[in-house]
Amino acid sequence: MPDVLVIGGGNAALCSALMAREAGASVLMLESAPKEWRGGNSMHVRNLRCMHDAPQDVLVEAYPEEEFWQDLLKVTGGLTDEPLARLVIRHSSRCRPWMRDHGVHFQPPLSGALHVARTNAFFMGGGKALVNAYYRSAEKLGVIVRYDTPVKSLELKDGRFIAAITESGERITAKSCVLGCGGFESNLEWQREAWGQNERGEWTAENFLIRGTRFNQGVLLKFMIEAGAETIGDPTQAHCVAIDARAPLYDGGICTRIDCVSLGVVVNREAKRFYDEGEDFWPKRYAIWGRLVAQQPDQTAWSVIDQKAIGRFMPPVFDGTQANTLEELAVKIGVDPVTFMETLNAYNAACQPGTFDHTALDDCRTDGVTPAKTHWARVIDTPPFYAYPLKPGITFTYLGMKTDATAACRFGNAPSDNLFAAGEMVAGNVLGKGYTAGVGMSIGTAFGRIAGVNAAASAGFSHPTFKEELAYAAGH
Amino acid sequence: MPPVTELEAPVAGGACDGGVNFADALTAGEAEIARVMQICNACRYCEGFCAVFPAMTRRLDFNAADTHYLANLCHNCGSCLYACQYAPPHEFAVNVPQAMAKVRVRTYQDYAWPRAFGKLYERAGLTVAFALSGGLALFMILAIAMNGRLIHEPLAGNFYAIFPHNFLALLFGVVFLFAILALGIGVTKFWREVSPTKGGDLADIAAAAKARVPAAAEAVSDVARLRYLGGGHGEGCNEDDDAFTLWRRRFHQFTLYGFLLCFAATCVATLYHYLWNFHAPYGFTSAPVILGSLGGIGLIIGPVGLLWLNMRRDALRADVKQNAMDRGFIMLLLLVSATGFALLLLRDTRFMALWLAIHLGTVMALFLTLPYGKFAHGIFRSAALLKFNIEKRMPNRLGLGGE
Repeated sequence: MPDVLVIGGGNAALCSALMAREAGASVLMLESAPKEWRGGNSMHVRNLRCMHDAPQDVLVEAYPEEEFWQDLLKVTGGLTDEPLARLVIRHSSRCRPWMRDHGVHFQPPLSGALHVARTNAFFMGGGKALVNAYYRSAEKLGVIVRYDTPVKSLELKDGRFIAAITESGERITAKSCVLGCGGFESNLEWQREAWGQNERGEWTAENFLIRGTRFNQGVLLKFMIEAGAETIGDPTQAHCVAIDARAPLYDGGICTRIDCVSLGVVVNREAKRFYDEGEDFWPKRYAIWGRLVAQQPDQTAWSVIDQKAIGRFMPPVFDGTQANTLEELAVKIGVDPVTFMETLNAYNAACQPGTFDHTALDDCRTDGVTPAKTHWARVIDTPPFYAYPLKPGITFTYLGMKTDATAACRFGNAPSDNLFAAGEMVAGNVLGKGYTAGVGMSIGTAFGRIAGVNAAASAGFSHPTFKEELAYAAGH
Repeated sequence: MPPVTELEAPVAGGACDGGVNFADALTAGEAEIARVMQICNACRYCEGFCAVFPAMTRRLDFNAADTHYLANLCHNCGSCLYACQYAPPHEFAVNVPQAMAKVRVRTYQDYAWPRAFGKLYERAGLTVAFALSGGLALFMILAIAMNGRLIHEPLAGNFYAIFPHNFLALLFGVVFLFAILALGIGVTKFWREVSPTKGGDLADIAAAAKARVPAAAEAVSDVARLRYLGGGHGEGCNEDDDAFTLWRRRFHQFTLYGFLLCFAATCVATLYHYLWNFHAPYGFTSAPVILGSLGGIGLIIGPVGLLWLNMRRDALRADVKQNAMDRGFIMLLLLVSATGFALLLLRDTRFMALWLAIHLGTVMALFLTLPYGKFAHGIFRSAALLKFNIEKRMPNRLGLGGE
């Protein structure tokens, strides 16, 4: 019987397994996916949002705790738990040496992503390289990893973990357990039910694409909810961005995003604009556009640009629909050309003179059109014209286990003394809604490590070095 | 979505649905690079690994010349494959090292001079076998024709009693100069195709001219240190799985510097002979023998190690059709050094002529296949690195502001 059972195979689960093993516990990891798909959503991640008070290797300038906190407060609209958020923030400032020790490499910010050079540390090779490094380190330290082993339920007694029951019916006992097995984003049926029917009678989530793994079915999340664990979060809240409608249903990852929204206009199926495309820098707005598109008919929209925008945004993975006139473009994408021309003509007529600068909040804005476009508003008049179809892309869901600074699961307002949760399963404590790039990894790494250490502690093992780091993170 | 392209008939564009409008028709292999690069360019996670990805980010689409350039810039270190979220079994089936490898060998073939000789790459194993058997036969026959026999009374290591010095110098000189000429013409054709200023304006030409000296210095350093076998983080490249190892770089360094030391030994001996009238055999402590012996040791350790790694390499990222070319060249280098040592040890015995013929025949095979085998990779990759180092010093035409 292993001391610590870790259920899951992504970043948080790996952090837990590594920390528990470092503490001296024997660790068994159960990853539901086969080896080639291991790592859950972590195989798609790009960077870690990091607090730092001074320049640090790949991070320039400073990103102090308070600024990180304010950013988080803004994107969540206050739907966050301040002590836990600050724990995550402070932890992010000191965790990278440990990550490096386990083989993670950082690289300077990617070209075209310089706006986050100050706030985010990029993984060299991305998330799959990080996941590979953690698996190599885990295996070297003696963590036993079993792939293709989905768990269907747990055996609990008075809020204590007794055993996990796999899909194949195997019963695996352990002294303690960490749940790091993700949200329910991949479960289309659950998404459909959570989002329900809109006023047009559409099942909104039927048109969603999942940006990441197909393996986050939320099986244990559902089990825990039914077992009476305290939960947090609204099932329709998620990291949800507007991505290319032609992306695959699962695992489209980073490359399917469309970055030209702020350089043009976005119209829905009725050929009408519906939101200020130039409200703020795209990296600060991409996370609201998923929901915006989800509210449109057919959960579809098109980002429309002209030749002037080409070469000014990260190249998309799919070619846009191209046309030499706007009417032709409307016909090609299948929206009503008359309404489309009314929308574009109204927008073009409303564009005020200004000095275009896509690297600043410039003074190119519209006047007299609703919705307004407040920056980067330039007349769309230079052929060829391009349109990129958009759909909501769900990265991960926020419904999860309510927890505290120990990462313990809770039953009847009391923490379990040997069942912990990490990663997407607890992200909702910090992220009630909204998203800011790289914070998912900050949360996953913090709670993953804490859950691992506490699971080892409840099995009688003390981590040799984490206490001081944790005391700092906890603000003691 | 980007389909898995079939790598057979030439196709005109079509990296993704909707098709990319390439100016010129691409071969299937080139189209696969263009398809894969369009995906990579929208991801960019691998930028830190090597030069290929920074070079990619300067482009929005990829014509035939771009694919030739990128294919030769790729060192097949494997880092990007194991890190790739879109690698098989993902439906995008991104496999950068394999796509690059397939086109890379085509560039050796297509830029070969004379053009018809490029065909030799298609039968790389046979080419090495013919060159080796031809070389061996040639020198055995010459030895017998000139001396009547291969086994003789000891000659105190005097090679020139078997083959006159001027005869050897002329024979190898002509073959070597031809190899240099053929490689030179080939790489010139390649350079003209991928030139950093091709299609550029006066500002580009001025920027390139200014960049040339520092770029050349950095390219030399990139080659000398085998920078891009370091994985970008210095822990090396991949062989049979996602773990990093520096052994490929180390074995390649043994091979590269072993080769250069042997070349230096020959140059020093030539100077001794013509400049100071100081003739072989040279003593065990002479410069030519020391340089040649050190080089020979490198050319045993290096090729043995490279061969071992080559056999273990993950087939997923290899172009298995190139095994014959890779291993044939490695074996030739190994045979040159092994026969060289045998000759050194046996030069005072009755078997000197035999081993001299074997060694010279092997060296001849190596020289003959320099422009039509794996050796070309060093020339083309150096040219690609030079272009990369010039290009990165030129202004970038793209101004990506957003994410």
